[in-house]
Amino acid sequence: MPQIEVENLVKTFRVAERQAGTWGALKGLLQRRSRTVRALDGISFTMEVGELVGYIGPNGAGKSTTVKILSGILIPDSGRCVVMGRIPWKARTAHVAEIGVVFGQRTQLWWDLPVIESFDLLREIYRIPPREYLRTRDELVAMMRLEPLLDTPVRQLSLGQRMRCDLAAAFLHRPKLLFLDEPTIGLDAASKLAVRDYIKRLNRQGVSVILTTHDMDDIEALCRRILLINRGRILFDGALEALRAQVSRDRQLVIVLAHEETWVEDPDAQVIRRNGHHLTLRFDPERISAADLIARITARYEIRDLYVENPPIEEIVAQIYYEEGTAL
Amino acid sequence: MRRGLGQRGLRRVAALLADIGDGARLYGRYIALSIRAQMQYRASFIMLAVGHFLSTGIEFLGIWALFARFGDLKGWSLPEVSLFYGLVNVSFALAEAAARGFDTFDGLIRSGDFDRLLLRPRSIALQMAGRELQLMRIGRFFQGLVVLAWGAAALGLPWTVDRIAIALGAIVGGAFVFAGLFVLQATLCFWTVESIEIINTTTYGGVETAQFPLTIYRDWFRRFFTYLVPLASVTYFPILAILGRDDPLGTPHLFQALAPLAGPLFFAATLQAWRFGVRHYHSTGS
Repeated sequence: MPQIEVENLVKTFRVAERQAGTWGALKGLLQRRSRTVRALDGISFTMEVGELVGYIGPNGAGKSTTVKILSGILIPDSGRCVVMGRIPWKARTAHVAEIGVVFGQRTQLWWDLPVIESFDLLREIYRIPPREYLRTRDELVAMMRLEPLLDTPVRQLSLGQRMRCDLAAAFLHRPKLLFLDEPTIGLDAASKLAVRDYIKRLNRQGVSVILTTHDMDDIEALCRRILLINRGRILFDGALEALRAQVSRDRQLVIVLAHEETWVEDPDAQVIRRNGHHLTLRFDPERISAADLIARITARYEIRDLYVENPPIEEIVAQIYYEEGTAL
Repeated sequence: MRRGLGQRGLRRVAALLADIGDGARLYGRYIALSIRAQMQYRASFIMLAVGHFLSTGIEFLGIWALFARFGDLKGWSLPEVSLFYGLVNVSFALAEAAARGFDTFDGLIRSGDFDRLLLRPRSIALQMAGRELQLMRIGRFFQGLVVLAWGAAALGLPWTVDRIAIALGAIVGGAFVFAGLFVLQATLCFWTVESIEIINTTTYGGVETAQFPLTIYRDWFRRFFTYLVPLASVTYFPILAILGRDDPLGTPHLFQALAPLAGPLFFAATLQAWRFGVRHYHSTGS
């Protein structure tokens, strides 16, 4: 049985329309105008135990609405949603005891208290048996190297340190399912790598993860499967490579020229970027193989270095958003 | 068969008691941490508390000045009114300190951090109450206590067991009424964060109102603070019982002594409203 089953989920919100100016504000007091926004327009998917799914889409696409419904914060207008055999909002306390949620933008730790005190309080909140708590905590502290941070008040932590502590905090009660909402937002490169590594390790322990992010490097590093949502509908559900193939088969050959002024031309490839000695060519591997193209180019021009790469996932996603007519 | 039923009933009661104990323990943890967090800014706490003591004390000086000029208020002397003043302020200080988490709810809902409470497997109201125990309110608390003690001394009231019991009942009952108003104020935030002033007026207006005997007010006003917001039940009636004075409104003595029970009842009613608000939030998310 899938861990998450979502079928035809619909959620609409009423948004109050404010009128401009003082007069508008006064009028708004008497008659409220509102319009209905369809945040989720019938989404369906299933997820198995142990999966790590990337949930992507532009701002306002319906990502957080989905996560809020799955975690029991919001009740949908219609549709079916079963998570670990439960309807989240019908059994709130039982449900949330088995999930963990991290918001990258906010902390769930107590601002003025040392990290360890927050952990201890969470033990009480989740009613974790003391021995089990100590085992999990020590394990997480060792894995994420939190030892030097434990006695520091949360407000004094750097963003990267705080994120590590928040990840650990969300995992203290050993949830079977983790929701991570932009866990790498605002982090420096080293912290990002560390956080990704921890996510991977938690997932390897059998925890399912739904990762919402705008950082395509997160997706490439972590997710075998992605769900792409826009305007409340799921546009794509599958492997990253399949998404790439669906949008375009093109690959890119980057060459470093010996002489900047060299003019490069090829019947089967197209120059898409030129930056000093660096030149990016796009080609369709069905028309010409990478090996043939490289052989031809190196025979004709003086090349210092070259490599083949996939178009960045950002470009692919941007193209889909664009085709959908979303202004970004 | 009957014994089986009895056992099941016992087991249910035991489970309920365990639940309450469990919740009380968590609340204790929350409060201990809140106090520790406030103690990190000790100097700030002391200054706030002393400032609070003085600023609320000036209020009483104003009342004293009025009585010095006019002698009495419709047959009530200054020491008698001091009982009202002291009791209400002690109650209100307790409520302000304990229900601070509800009082600052508009910020929590605006920032979106309320979602976090919903993500924890505990009662929402318990988590709300545990957000903060605001210690600086101790200023008003002691100020009220001093006035209360002075009033009783000036009247030559001996503190007998039944008087102490009634006074404690009135203080706790009053704290429940004011806490209930804070809960209502928070509940309103589920619909709008702009109109909480309505409740504020009732809360702070209630404090001012209940500092004086009910009989000095007009009928409709008296009814509002008797039946809708039962402030009279936690000040006017129990104080009559403490003073041993006959009620011009004609209530019996036993009723006066038990009237503070209306406080917890009012609070329970506001918690129902709160639950309704949480349900509304579940479907609108704002």
